[in-house]
Amino acid sequence: MIANLKRSILSCIIFLILCGLIYPLIGTAIGQTFFKFQANGSQIKQGSLLVEQSWNGPEWFQGRNDGSVLTVGKDNIIISGTNQPGPRSKALIKSVKQRAEKLLSEGILPKNDLVTTSGSLIDPDITVAAAEVQVPAVAKFHHLKQEVLYKLIAQNTVQKQFGFLGNSYVNVLELNLALSKLNPTKLDIPKVNNTNSGNSILKASRVNKHYQKIQVNKTRT
Amino acid sequence: MSFFLTLFVLFVALAISWRFLGSYMAGVYQGNVKFLYRFEKIIYTILDIDPNSEQTWKGYGLSVIVFSGISLIFTYAILRFQNVLPLNPVHFGSVSPALAFNTSVSFVTNTNWQNYAGETTMSYLSQMIGLTVQQFVSASVGLAISITLIRGLARKKSSYIGNFWVDLIRGILYILLPIAFIGGIIFVAQGALQTLSGPMTVHDVLNNTTQVIPRGPVGFMESIKQLGTNGGGFFNANGSDPFENPTPLTLILSVFLLLVIPFSLTYTFGKMVGSIKQGIAILMAMIIIFGISLGIGVYAEMQPNPAVAATHLVYQSSGNMVGKETRFGALDTALYNIASTQTSTGSISGANDSFTPLGGLILLSGMMLGEVSPGGVGSGLYTILLFALIAVFIGGLMIGRTPEYLGKKIQAKEVKLAALGVLIMPITVLVLTALAVSVKAGVGEISNLGPHGFSEILYSYTSQANNNGSAFAGLNGNTAFYNITGAIAMLLGRFGVIIPVLALSGSLSTKQIVPTTLGTFKTDNSTFTFLVVAVIVIVGGLTFFPSLSLGPIIEMFFHRKFF
Repeated sequence: MIANLKRSILSCIIFLILCGLIYPLIGTAIGQTFFKFQANGSQIKQGSLLVEQSWNGPEWFQGRNDGSVLTVGKDNIIISGTNQPGPRSKALIKSVKQRAEKLLSEGILPKNDLVTTSGSLIDPDITVAAAEVQVPAVAKFHHLKQEVLYKLIAQNTVQKQFGFLGNSYVNVLELNLALSKLNPTKLDIPKVNNTNSGNSILKASRVNKHYQKIQVNKTRT
Repeated sequence: MSFFLTLFVLFVALAISWRFLGSYMAGVYQGNVKFLYRFEKIIYTILDIDPNSEQTWKGYGLSVIVFSGISLIFTYAILRFQNVLPLNPVHFGSVSPALAFNTSVSFVTNTNWQNYAGETTMSYLSQMIGLTVQQFVSASVGLAISITLIRGLARKKSSYIGNFWVDLIRGILYILLPIAFIGGIIFVAQGALQTLSGPMTVHDVLNNTTQVIPRGPVGFMESIKQLGTNGGGFFNANGSDPFENPTPLTLILSVFLLLVIPFSLTYTFGKMVGSIKQGIAILMAMIIIFGISLGIGVYAEMQPNPAVAATHLVYQSSGNMVGKETRFGALDTALYNIASTQTSTGSISGANDSFTPLGGLILLSGMMLGEVSPGGVGSGLYTILLFALIAVFIGGLMIGRTPEYLGKKIQAKEVKLAALGVLIMPITVLVLTALAVSVKAGVGEISNLGPHGFSEILYSYTSQANNNGSAFAGLNGNTAFYNITGAIAMLLGRFGVIIPVLALSGSLSTKQIVPTTLGTFKTDNSTFTFLVVAVIVIVGGLTFFPSLSLGPIIEMFFHRKFF
């Protein structure tokens, strides 16, 4: 019994050091050396490519309906995956209906992934079809030709990984960045603090240059 | 079509690993693999262990219990004192006593049930030295127990079943650490986080959004979470969070990691008892149940979501997308979640609660059948071997001979122990569910009404008693009632099975191996496979059908009814 106790305590300490410190810290060193961009959160200047933001109205391409239920915790930290409605939940009917009607009023066909919430609630992507149904509305808002936007979507489509894994999809942040780059003067970019809108447009285009650099480092195939 | 290609690639990868990893694991536990022996020897010296000495089943069991108890105290203490320990960039306070108790039981029993959101509860240090450590250790304990049962069947007239400390250390050093390490690199390369810097604040000038995004050492925890069939993720959203499971490649890698050891152990079993065909018979039983569940589950998730359909505004060509990620789609999410409930992992890549009623039933049934297809690391094999002994007993009754399994006579004592090991889980689940639906503390915490609410409670205890840890997350489990009853379910589901299994190992190893004769009931053919499957399905069906019909089954027949 005493021997068992002694061995248990000692082995807990050994595993704590081996699996709890050495293993994750070597992993962190590898991540920070070879995969700096990914290991730190796939961050570009506007946000993380892996975290959805809310894009409202036909001014932008809109993402999943996650923003409506996303919650934040201590220090405003985003809490993922808090909402999981059952398949026969009345609340789910209500939220889908609200969202679908809003989209219809903007002239957008309510696609499946545009009206539903994801499991993580920070799903940064939408299907290609969900991006394409938004083209008429977005084109009308910005007085752009629809073909230009279809091309933009095609350029920003991430194909199935290795040609067969998962879905092909469009990252909403990337698509909207490309949109802002396409015709920045016509986009109503909100004012930031004390800078006037001209400055923030300048800032946005500088951001785009920075962003292009980062795209080279991306490994998502 | 590409989904079938995905399945094919997964199948080929698992088939190759079954042969080679299975054989390697046999080598590890027989002491033939020695490339880390120098390092191993240092640990033996510190622990004062002679690696060649062995224990009886009682000695082995005592070591398991004492070690698990000390692990529990360590983990509990780390969670309670995280506020004064380093690596806590957001300055989270100490975890409350009931939650810390539930969480440490959950990780020590390989369950990984989580009544908390990781990103706003746990410090980086708690995730690393508290939770990740137990993901290695509890998996290695499970592996060790299954190996003792194999030894019991393979040995003749021996009262020893191995040395717990040696098995524990070798499992971690030779099997779990190397594979998890390689997996971790792939996770991080694909986009999983691996940093000790605190949360990042970002501001987007385009839409004027500011976000505080949690970060942490995620990628390497992710790979052991899957490999050890643990399932406890860094984030609340678990494997659906883009930072844990960033691409379809990591999804399929996760499915591979969580199936690889449980399936390969059947080869290890075959090799150690001297007949690969015996291992194949068990493997086939696992594959039949897994295949049928996967087929039905994937079909169910290709169907439209009933609530979304009820709006008559949305055409759901892509299946049930509620709670699912765009990059995965309905099919891959169903594959992941089913693999994760058929093993005792319990991680999710989409909301279980939002699965269609039939899909939800499949998730539940994987656990209710006792987590044997292929089940958890180690626990899957030892549980299905309990069913195999019961199958042998029933087969023996049919042909009127004393039942034998691998030359060992299966007598009253062995059948009693096997039946105890098989029945402890359903008894725990049904008694606790009945308790929870009869008291206010139980029914007050469900978020969906009607049969779906009942399913949430039934699911939570089934998941915990099977050491799965997945949740029908509609239930708010972080209350004193659910934290404590849940911990009881997890402890009974783990040690209530481990102790009978060890007793069985001890009892079997003392027996003589009787020679095979013409009249011996064969256990390496398809007849036996079907008998095992039948026993599993009948035991699971008889114990759970009444409660299932109050939950998911009644829900399937409720067309156009919403709660």
